[in-house]
This record gives sequence, structure tokens and C-alpha cells, in this order.
Amino acid sequence: MAVNLDLSQFHEIFFEESREGLEAMESGLLNLDVGVPDPEVVNTVFRAAHSIKGAAGTFGFTNISQFTHVLESILDDVRSRKRGVTQELVDVLLQSVDGLRYMLDCAKSGAQADEDRVAAILEKLQNLPVEQQPRPAGWLIRFSPKPHLLQAGNDPYRLFRELKALGNLLITPDLSRLPGIDEKEFDPENCYLGWDLLLQSDAGIEQIREIFAWVEGDCDLDINLSGERRQMVERRRRRDDEPAELETGGKGQEQASIRVNIDKIDTLINLVGELVISQSILSHAVTEHDHDHDRTGRLKEIVELLEKNTWGLQEQAMRIRMQSIDITFQRLPRLVRDLCRSLDKQAELEISGGSTEVDKTVLEKITDPLVHLIRNAVDHGIETPGERKAAGKPESGLIEVSAFQEGGKIIIKIKDDGAGLDPGKILVKARENGLISDTEELSMGQIHDLIFLPGFSTATKVSDVSGRGVGMDVVKRNINDLGGSIELVSEQGKGSAFTIKLPLTLAIMDGQLIRVGKEILIVPVLAIVESTQIRKQLLSAVAGKTEVYRFRDEYIPLLRLDKAYGISSELKDITDGLLIVVDTGQQRVGLLADEILSQQQVVIKSLEANFQQVPGLAGATVLGDGTVAMIIDVPGLMRHCKGITAAHTAGNAAPLP
Amino acid sequence: MREMVSFTLKGAGYEVFNATDGVEALAFARANDVDLVITDINMPNMDGFTLIKELRKLPSYKFTPILTLTTEDSSEKKNMGKVAGATGWIVKPFDPDSLLQTVRRVL
Repeated sequence: MAVNLDLSQFHEIFFEESREGLEAMESGLLNLDVGVPDPEVVNTVFRAAHSIKGAAGTFGFTNISQFTHVLESILDDVRSRKRGVTQELVDVLLQSVDGLRYMLDCAKSGAQADEDRVAAILEKLQNLPVEQQPRPAGWLIRFSPKPHLLQAGNDPYRLFRELKALGNLLITPDLSRLPGIDEKEFDPENCYLGWDLLLQSDAGIEQIREIFAWVEGDCDLDINLSGERRQMVERRRRRDDEPAELETGGKGQEQASIRVNIDKIDTLINLVGELVISQSILSHAVTEHDHDHDRTGRLKEIVELLEKNTWGLQEQAMRIRMQSIDITFQRLPRLVRDLCRSLDKQAELEISGGSTEVDKTVLEKITDPLVHLIRNAVDHGIETPGERKAAGKPESGLIEVSAFQEGGKIIIKIKDDGAGLDPGKILVKARENGLISDTEELSMGQIHDLIFLPGFSTATKVSDVSGRGVGMDVVKRNINDLGGSIELVSEQGKGSAFTIKLPLTLAIMDGQLIRVGKEILIVPVLAIVESTQIRKQLLSAVAGKTEVYRFRDEYIPLLRLDKAYGISSELKDITDGLLIVVDTGQQRVGLLADEILSQQQVVIKSLEANFQQVPGLAGATVLGDGTVAMIIDVPGLMRHCKGITAAHTAGNAAPLP
Repeated sequence: MREMVSFTLKGAGYEVFNATDGVEALAFARANDVDLVITDINMPNMDGFTLIKELRKLPSYKFTPILTLTTEDSSEKKNMGKVAGATGWIVKPFDPDSLLQTVRRVL
């Protein structure tokens, strides 16, 4: 009797690992220098292809395995220097990574891969002309200054600057002589660094010696014809285990990890959530008996300790679900590169903060908006090299993407140094689409905000790049649905910057407790603009039905929470209530509550999982006293109450009389 | 020689201060910070080597580039300059272009 193995669980691992392998290949290929490839990078790409091939064969995905075999043999040629690295080679290899990804997706969903599509890429791969590896014309310079080098007024940087004038220079620092920072012999005025330099130039050795003439006695200098870079790197590797990744920004250390099914983690997080709730009920109960100090004194201490540990536990449990945003950021260099090629533009992408961690779900949902914003930046933001030159800017544009954590939020910034928004064009477009009237005067900020309105589509629907029918309104809605916000600052001619704020996790949030009748409701703090007392003279009714409230210089619809949720309010007069102005992402709206209570962190329990999805509610939570409170889903509530808001889709642009 | 160096550098847009000998140069250096010192070796009152040694003792001249003016064949003087703490040298005689080229190496 054969053992009946359930292969499907291994399939999952195979797909996951292959996906990671493809990402490694892609980022390796993007780092590959045409002409002089770094053998380490070639090796990484080769190894990734090799493992995919092996695994695909094992699991019977013959087409993938055959495809990868062709890919692998080309990479092997590159590795053994039988084949040089050309731009064409990199392009075709990147296309085959796409091809592989497509085949893997098909295999995963059980679909049949389109053979023609695969064959077309295979053909390109097989027909790649073999460019001989150009003999690297250049010099290998090992420059190890003596510690006192700087004290004679010489600066290695200036030497490198001069070398650079001779040709292309690759600089690899050697940190092996660097003493620890706290060691006594560390003298900040000494030079402990050494450098391995690869100079691609046809300059003669005399020219190089000339550059180093002034430091001849102050350093150990070794100048050789290149062609043995790899050996040199390996020699150094043996000498010290310090990875030589400094110039590429570091690959981060491999950390031991295990693969766990996400369901197990979610169950754990759910249980921890329950624990937090039980703990807060316990705290509440102890506080209620506070008058009996003798008995509760010790108990209170224990409960406080428990509270501390519970929150610590929850924080750590949340972190299990967190992934570094690099997973999304990694896709961006390829995107920018491809867009630039198809649009004939030049742009550099600078990414920082890739190690910032964010909840897996948030990460998954932020990818599309992010990709969209980058597309926009290249397509609409960055000008053509000609236009840039004419505007006195460098021909190559710069797109900066950064992420960092601030409090309980993660902030992602996307900044370009392109043309910025043209307020004139936006106004014309907005008037054409009837979003604003012809006579309205808007501030610059209000004009910029117009691009987030549904029905506003950016000027020219260029190619297949941005004009995919997805507007900025969708970007904004996706972000708002996650409980986040997006802001735009733009200056015409200088560029635009988007700032996205997102909650770190979807499992807990800062909530504002409000009371309507006998019910406690929770409004996400991130959505609240302001809370205010209601003044009757600012209240009016449109068409005798919809109530609107004049909030600062705009009219906002007023939403009575008691009616929306079918609760009976205890308000005798509307002016006894409080207005909570929230931003739904599309517009501002005032929620009418009986009373505003405290703010606190709440654990979000899904209604969908425990009961059923209820429109207008994001979930529920259990408060310290054991009461269940509903969490208002602000954008969802607005969609649900369309009847009330339909007249005001563009309400936040309504003019003053 | 001093006038020619000064004239060439001023022509290229650099701010130049002149001193007639090492003593004067050192006095100026104590009161002012400069980006580059160019000194001859043979000077009255204080020679170039002594000047360099004295300059290197001043905290703000510890890492300042100092170039000596030297003749092609005097490798001994080049080395003495280096030992005293000079950054490099300018070989005499020179044309204005090569002087500027050398100066740009250290600025």
C-alpha cells in the first residue's frame, strides 16, 4: 500500500518559495551592471533559478521546470563568463521572470498556461545573441592607508574623485581594521578603513600612480590589471567574515524563521484579544471594589501587572502578523524602470525605510494604491528629459519613497521632483465634469483635493500606464477603508508629495467612545476632524429633507446616528447633542451623538466572523465593564446612507452664499 | 614666484593671502582659517618645513591641505615636506594650468 501523501500542502510551500525566488531574481537582475556584472549578484540570480527548476521538477510542473532549465543555462553562461551582460540580456531575463510568475500563477490556480505566450518568451531566450564577455579593461587597486593619512591633509575621497575622472569606479570598503567604537585605541582622527577599487578605464598605470603620488609613503598600495576581481573578493571574504554589502546598502541579515499557517496566527491573535478584554473586565471589577482597600490593595497590584503583561503579549502577537514593507517596495524599482522605458523618461527611485513593519492585511491592501501613485508620479509627474532640461532640472527625475512609523501609525511618503499639479488644468477639468461651479473660488489646497473626487479623471489617459480607469478617488477610498488618510502637497514646476497615514494593525485601534441613547458607539479617532457643540443658527435643511450644518466655511450633511442605527436617542433638543465631524475620504460629515465619552484603545472583533456583516459597522468590541460596543465604519456608513448624502457627493466644495 | 602663484589663483576666482616668510604666514594662520596652504621651502626667518610643522600643531590646520613648491629633481625635499606634514607638492617650474589642476585636486 503506497503512502498517500497530501502533496497540496507542499505545493503551498513551493509556490511561496518560488515567489520569493522570483523576487530575488528580479531584484538581482535590476542590480546587474551591464558590462561588468558583480559575480555575487549573478550567483544569486542563478541559485534562485536553479532552486525553482529543481522544485518544479519534483512537484511535476514540467513546463515550469523546462522553462527554468533554459533560463538557468543562460545564467550559467553568464556566471562562467561565456556570455557578457547586455541590456538586451537583462531585459529578456526580466521578461522570463514575468513569464515564470505567470506560469506559477496558472499552476497555483490550476489553470492552463497559455503556451504561445510561454513559447514566445522561450524563443527570445534561446535567440539571445551571445555577446562575448568584454575583457574588463581596467585596474584593481587595493588601497590601505596608514592610520595617519588624514593628518597630512590627504583625503581618500579626493583621491577617488580623481580616479573617477579616469573612468568608472567601483568602491568596496574594507572594514577589517576598524576597531570597536568603545575600544581605547580608537582615535577618530585616524584612518582605519581600506578600499578595494575597481577602475574601469584604459588609463595607464602611471596615471594612477600619479594620483597616489602624494600618499605613497602613507599607505599600502597594490595596483593590478583587473580580471581577478572575484578572487580578490573571495580573498577578503576569507580574511574576515564581514559581508561586503556596504555599497549596495546591505541585504540585511538572514534571520532564522519558520513558516506558519496564517490561520494559526489569527487564532492566537484572537485569543489574545479575548484575553485583553477579560483583563480589562477584571480591572474594571477590581476598581469597583476600591472602597474596600484592605482586600483590594494586593489584588490591584496583581491586576496592574497582568494588564502590563497582557498589552505586551498583544503587541508581540500583533508583530507576528507584521511584515516589512519592503515586500511591496521591492516591486517598485522594476515598475519605475519599465515605465520609464515605455514613456521615454528617466527617473531614479530612492527607497528608504523598507524595514518598517506593517500588518500583513494592510500591506496587501496598500500595494495597489502605492503602485498607482508611483505610476502617476512617472506618468504625470516626471517630465520628459527634454522638458526637464528646459526647466533647468537634471534630465533624470527623482522619486523618493519612504516609510516610517510614528506612534501607532505608519507613514508612507511618495515624492517626485516632477511638474507638480497644474491648478489651471485641474479647475478646467473639474468644471467640465461639473464637480464645481464656474464661479467658485478655491484655495490651492482645495484645488489639489479635487483630484481625489470621484468623477475627476486626470487630464490625458496616457497609454496603458495610468489610464486604467482607476482614479485617485479609488486610491483614497482604499486608504480610507483601511482607516488611513492621504494628503497631497504639490507645487507647480517643483513636484508633488503624497503622505499616506495608515494604522499599524487592523486588530486594535484608537477609538472615541460616544453615547447615543443607551448605546455606546465607537468612532475611529483617525477619522475625526473635530467635535463641536451644535448651534441652531448653523443648521438648515436642504429640500426639506437632508439636514446640513455649516461647519467653518463649508456645508456638511448631518447624520443622526439614532436614525441610522435605529437607536432611540435621549436628546430632547438637537442643541443638547454634540456633533462629531468625520472625514469619510470623500467628504466630511457630521455625526450627531448624545454625549462624548472617553478615548481608548479597543480590540476590534469582527462581526463577520462572529455574526454577519452589518453595513455601517466595522466591528464590535467589549468594553471594560463587559458592555459590547459597536465600532462605526465611517465610509461604510456613508455608503449605506446614500439617500442622505446623494445630494452632496461634491458637498465639501459647496460655496458660501 | 609668489606673485605668479597669487595672480593665477586670483584669476581663477580663489581668495589669496600672501605672506613674505614663514613667520608672517604662521601669524596669519593663527588668526585666520584657510582651505589650502601653498609654501615655498626656502624662505627667510622660517623655512617651509618648520612652517608646516608649526601649522600642523594648530588644531584648525590639522587636516588642512598644505602643498610645497619644489623642483622636479629634489625627491629628497618632497620627502622632507611629507615628513613635516605636507599633503603634496607642486613641481617648479609650472604653467598656470598645471598649478590650477593641482590646486583643484585638494579643494
